[in-house]
Amino acid sequence: MTDQPAIEIRDLRFAWDGGSTPLLDIPAFDMGADERLFLRGPSGSGKSTLLGLIAGVLEPQSGSIRVLGEDMSSLSGAKRDRMRADHLGVIFQMFNLVPYLSVVQNVTLPCRFSQARRAAIAAAGGPVEEARRLLARLGLTDEKLLARPVTELSVGQQQRVAVARALIGGPNLLIADEPTSALDADARDRFIELLNEEASQSGAALLFVSHDGALASHFDRSVDLSELNRAGVAA
Amino acid sequence: MSGGSILGLAWRSLMNRKGSALLTLLAVALSVALFLGVDKARNGARAGFDNTISGTDLIVGAPTGQINLLLYSVFRLGNATAEISWPTYQDIAGRSDVAWTIPVSLGDSHRGFRVMGTNAAYFEHYKYGSGTALEIAEGRRFDDIYEAVLGASVARELGYGLGSEIVLTHGLGAGGLTDHDDKPFIVTGVLAPTGTPVDQTIHIPLEGMTAIHVGWETGTKSPLADTITEDMIRSFDLTPKTITAVFLGLERRGTILTTQRALNTRAGEPLLAIIPGVALGELWQVTSVVERALIAVSIFVIAVGLVSVLISILTSLNERRREMSILRATGARPGHIFFLMVAEAGLLGFVGALLGVLIVQAGLFVLGPMLASSYGVKLQGLGLAAIDLWTILAVTAAAIFIGFIPAIMALRRSLADGLTVKL
Repeated sequence: MTDQPAIEIRDLRFAWDGGSTPLLDIPAFDMGADERLFLRGPSGSGKSTLLGLIAGVLEPQSGSIRVLGEDMSSLSGAKRDRMRADHLGVIFQMFNLVPYLSVVQNVTLPCRFSQARRAAIAAAGGPVEEARRLLARLGLTDEKLLARPVTELSVGQQQRVAVARALIGGPNLLIADEPTSALDADARDRFIELLNEEASQSGAALLFVSHDGALASHFDRSVDLSELNRAGVAA
Repeated sequence: MSGGSILGLAWRSLMNRKGSALLTLLAVALSVALFLGVDKARNGARAGFDNTISGTDLIVGAPTGQINLLLYSVFRLGNATAEISWPTYQDIAGRSDVAWTIPVSLGDSHRGFRVMGTNAAYFEHYKYGSGTALEIAEGRRFDDIYEAVLGASVARELGYGLGSEIVLTHGLGAGGLTDHDDKPFIVTGVLAPTGTPVDQTIHIPLEGMTAIHVGWETGTKSPLADTITEDMIRSFDLTPKTITAVFLGLERRGTILTTQRALNTRAGEPLLAIIPGVALGELWQVTSVVERALIAVSIFVIAVGLVSVLISILTSLNERRREMSILRATGARPGHIFFLMVAEAGLLGFVGALLGVLIVQAGLFVLGPMLASSYGVKLQGLGLAAIDLWTILAVTAAAIFIGFIPAIMALRRSLADGLTVKL
């Protein structure tokens, strides 16, 4: 699967609630299998919607989206969910964690939904072992910190936990939606370096979305959504 | 993902909202406790009452309602409005279809416990439960005028034992001005506990009953009463002039209706003969209207408890949209979100109902003995029963069903929200 392009979009059109004025109209967009791509777009430009389409929680009105070689638009809802559970890691802007789960339980959450991820890390000693290993690599080793409710962690710590969760079980594509917007400049740069490093170590493609063009320098390639999207900025 | 693991998520999510979850559990628990409490009180009272008398085919008294006769003769509740004369009693006892009779005379009390005049036949023939005879735990039956046999509760609560002297009160007061203090009784026996009103009764011979009323014919103590000595009394004819009721057993139970009819339509002094089971049945018919109303009310209260489950989950939905989209992003299928909501509702229903059952059991453990000692009727069958399990199942099922509403809402929202919450 890794030799397939990470994302391949052709003639994609999407409008909310099936309306006639599309928010997204993308003739073509490609992303390589181990590429680390920066996608720039201002708020309201449809970035998050595009990510929803790529992750398979939204369905386009027309056109095709191939993710890791699978045509998401022709898959059933259940298969898209399976695809996301098995092969995608998602990091949000903020509030990435489920408040009632511990740090480790948050990291192992995808393993609850994916047999493939459980199988991938079975050799590493199971979800909890793997979660601790990932957290340690991201600099979260303090047992006292790990024992605290996730809502008491700093934003930076929360985002690192989210990275560990996205990485567990070796997904092929990481999607990060403005993950640094709540971090200060220093923490932001360190976070992006960490994310890049982890993505390349696990051989996953990374699609990093932000409105802040200054971050583009950290990535292999930078694309502007307004250049991709013929529908323009409607909202 | 296995169902157990989603249940685990549901449980943690509820624990994260402890305050509202606990209040909801309490609402469900109390509503279930009310329902089961009503049901147990009803069945317990029935079983307890049904257990109080057995083996007695007919109870005969002066004409009144059959429930009334049953209540005052067997349960010592209320008072006889009229009595039957001794010759009439002898007439009943002499019938060829009557095997045995127990004459009883009620009306006096001792420190709140009823005094019953009767004779040796009472100890022979009075049966309770499924035909258990009375048993003397200590001492012996009475065989002299001024002797008494106590029910188990009387002896225990008043601290009396063999040889204690007791002074009877005229009427049913707690004691005082109308004491028969001129004629104390000696305790010669204490009965084993029965869980029936017998435990609350002081038994004396019919002759003793007559003796303490010598000089009291007008209902109050005559000035002459104190001048009457025990020897004088013993020289009187102490055969009672009237008694309150007669318990009787028949030679053949098959004649029960014929005998009842014969006694009810008998020439001379009018009588009322009742079959205890039938009279109890009539009593339950009267009370069943109230019971049904109570059951209906308590079912509505359970419905209110379930609505509070719905409210608590619905109000949490908005603040949990983020949680839902995280779950979706990490691979949860819509079915998982649906099941999570339903599982939360089901857990609230199940744990709430379980708590309700425990509340009732604990309540009965504490209150049961108090009820038994104040009414003389031991509530029966109060332990865990099938209805407890069925109630837990039904409430859990109803809660799961109700959980479909927030589940469908959460599902729609999470599908519409995609990965990002539009706030």
